[in-house]
Amino acid sequence: MDFTYDDEQQALRDAVRGLIGKKYSDFETRRQTVAADPGFDETTWSRLAELGALGLPFSEDDGGAGAGPIEVAIVAQELGRVIAPEPYLTSVVLAGGLVADAGSDTQRAEILGALSAGESILAFAHDEPGSRWAPTASKVTASGSGDAWTLTGVKEPVLAGARADTLIVSAALPEGGTGLFVVDPANTDRTGYPTNDGGRAARIGFNGTAAVPLGVGGDATSVIATGLDRARIIAANQAVGAMEVSLHATASYLTSRKQFGVTLNTFQALNFRAADMYISLELTRSIVDWATMVLVEGTSEEIADAASRAALQTSRASRHIGQEAIQLHGGIGMTAEYSIGSYTSHLTALDHLFGDGNHHLRVLAGKVGDHADVDPLG
Amino acid sequence: MHLKLSPEDAAFREELRTYFTTEIPQEIRDAVAQRRELTKEQIVTAHKILNKGGYAVPHWPTEWGGRGWTDLQRHIWHEELQRANVPLPLVFNSSMVGPVIAAFGSQEQKEKFLPATANLDIWWSQGFSEPDAGSDLASLRTTAEYVEDESGARFVVNGQKTWTTLGQYGDWIFCLVRTDPDVKKQAGISFLLIDMTTPGVTVRPIELIDGGHEVNEVWFEDVQVPAENLVGELNRGWDYAKFLLGNERVGVAPVGATKRVLASAKEWAGDLVAEDPFLAARFVELENELLALELTALRVSANSADGKPHPASSVLKLKGTELQQAVSELVVDIAGPGAIASGAGEGSDLEHWQARSTPAYLNLRKASIYGGSNEVQRQIIARTILGL
Ligand SMILES: Cc1cc2nc3c(=O)[nH]c(=O)nc-3n(C[C@H](O)[C@H](O)[C@H](O)COP(=O)(O)OP(=O)(O)OC[C@H]3O[C@@H](n4cnc5c(N)ncnc54)[C@H](O)[C@@H]3O)c2cc1C
Repeated sequence: MDFTYDDEQQALRDAVRGLIGKKYSDFETRRQTVAADPGFDETTWSRLAELGALGLPFSEDDGGAGAGPIEVAIVAQELGRVIAPEPYLTSVVLAGGLVADAGSDTQRAEILGALSAGESILAFAHDEPGSRWAPTASKVTASGSGDAWTLTGVKEPVLAGARADTLIVSAALPEGGTGLFVVDPANTDRTGYPTNDGGRAARIGFNGTAAVPLGVGGDATSVIATGLDRARIIAANQAVGAMEVSLHATASYLTSRKQFGVTLNTFQALNFRAADMYISLELTRSIVDWATMVLVEGTSEEIADAASRAALQTSRASRHIGQEAIQLHGGIGMTAEYSIGSYTSHLTALDHLFGDGNHHLRVLAGKVGDHADVDPLG
Repeated sequence: MHLKLSPEDAAFREELRTYFTTEIPQEIRDAVAQRRELTKEQIVTAHKILNKGGYAVPHWPTEWGGRGWTDLQRHIWHEELQRANVPLPLVFNSSMVGPVIAAFGSQEQKEKFLPATANLDIWWSQGFSEPDAGSDLASLRTTAEYVEDESGARFVVNGQKTWTTLGQYGDWIFCLVRTDPDVKKQAGISFLLIDMTTPGVTVRPIELIDGGHEVNEVWFEDVQVPAENLVGELNRGWDYAKFLLGNERVGVAPVGATKRVLASAKEWAGDLVAEDPFLAARFVELENELLALELTALRVSANSADGKPHPASSVLKLKGTELQQAVSELVVDIAGPGAIASGAGEGSDLEHWQARSTPAYLNLRKASIYGGSNEVQRQIIARTILGL
């Protein structure tokens, strides 16, 4: 077992940090970027493509860079450190991941090629009003056969849905199961809006909208489940980056903010709470690194288990660290102009994208009788 | 010890319920129930209707509109307001500046301000905090220099206040100002009433992390304040502030409102509660903690002597805000993926409460920071109750 990055991974981290970390090193830039549509910086997106970051998880045949989950996790952590608004998680990891897993040769080459080159934004339209992180669809239904299908119903909230050039849509199949389809968003009814953390989501209505099955078609529930698990683990990496910076910003605030004629770190009770935040962070980093490694070579069952465990720990830690970060900053932590509240807002969004801690607690509790102990080296 | 409300108190409660649910416009109470941001007009309307019925300032001296209620009756009043989704009377008026003027103001000040304050004809803002004076309020630096010349006796005020809640609506602001820089910091502070339309007063909005604009910076540049606007004695402001902050802490445990949101949350969760034992367990834990808190509030209000805040009111502030925050967190979780959709507008297929859930959760982080942060409450418990 080895938790360290090799030279190439280190170089990737430095390159991404150089690009994205620099772009958003001044929090005001991030604020201005999320204030205007599309909510991220298209130039930065192109630069990420040039760097090869957008194609990391995809094979070279499909126009990607042929790297793997560790490299993707590195990018996610860097994005998290500056809470960059670029839709990497939803477009590359989630939607792109599904195409890589289930698309036909032509679809992969076309869709992933354009995605890796930064020419096209991809979105996965899956959540439905009332749905709760299930790998299935019910409110959007598909009808048709062969290559000629149509979709009807509403998906909401769809991350990056209003800006997307291509949609991957889940829909209930006539004979049961959930299928995946490729849809041109021009034929849908889209309304975009900001999410709490400055991201973008959309309501997307389908009304007999033409759709092409992704790959061979048919029930894709297990593909979706694994795609969501992958996104969970990468989202947890993004959260680790955000938590690390939240903690350091808080520690440094405690050493500079003066009240009662002394800096706040004079009060032991506050230092102890910062120390507890550090403990939360380190435990989370360990479980998230482990889950990322499971993603490299685990079976889909092992990935599912690791994803739930990482998500549970990350959810608990991100609430702990986010809430404490604001509290220890006092009033300034509540303001939009100062960064720390936006970190907490982003952590809250990440927590609710693919299943919060309690969701995963429930999943794990349902399986607790299946094993005597949990062995990470198993 | 006995449990039931006396027939008189039960009748009293019924009377309040009827008034609150029939007199306050339904649309205002709906807005509260749906956790929408209230407009100034809605707050003013509700406050005036309460005042008409004698329910805006029942805790003031009877001479100025108080009702001479028992502490238990005051508690019932506070709970019933929240239960009926009535916006609480504007706290700056009814709990802060009003009682201070009634207790320490001159006869002229009482006549000039108290009726208008009770009826929200004047909207008051609280100008205590400054950028470098938060928890350490006594280190405030805004100065008020006493000047007397042919144009009269007055204070000239210079400095900056911050975190002024709803200052954009404020007609007047009550401020703590430094009037003697050369003594121990608590001993050189005075309590001054300032008309916010006076030249030299500037209000600038601060955006919070939920996207709202409820707090402001207020700047004072050579603001001329008539000497008669000093409350009580010069350099005694700290005593009045302590009196005010003591009042602020009474009724700070928003038990009624939190219970109401928790009950709504159960409705919003629908079948999930039956399907998910973890969710059910969270409801039970929160309900039980709220029960313990409500009973503590009752115990404290039944035992508080001559209107002075019970020392255990810190328990109410601390636990009350923690539970308020915990319930808002539960609502975010119930909202599921819809919790991220804070910007969803009219055409959305998501429920309004889902879209509101995360902004409400983020906004309520403030509850453990202001009004004496929860760390400060712990310090009070440790020091004044436990003698540590
Ligand atoms: C939304 C909002 C609305 C507000 N409205 C008003 C208003 O209308 N009028 C007004 O005058 N003020 C208002 N306030 C200001 C509020 O009272 C202050 O924010 C509060 O007193 C804390 O001060 P601070 O923000 O400077 O934090 P700091 O005092 O800098 O505290 C930072 C952190 O350190 C902790 N801390 C500080 N000192 C100690 C200590 N000795 N021991 C242990 N922990 C300590 C604090 O609890 C906090 O966690 C408002 C604040 C907010 C956030």
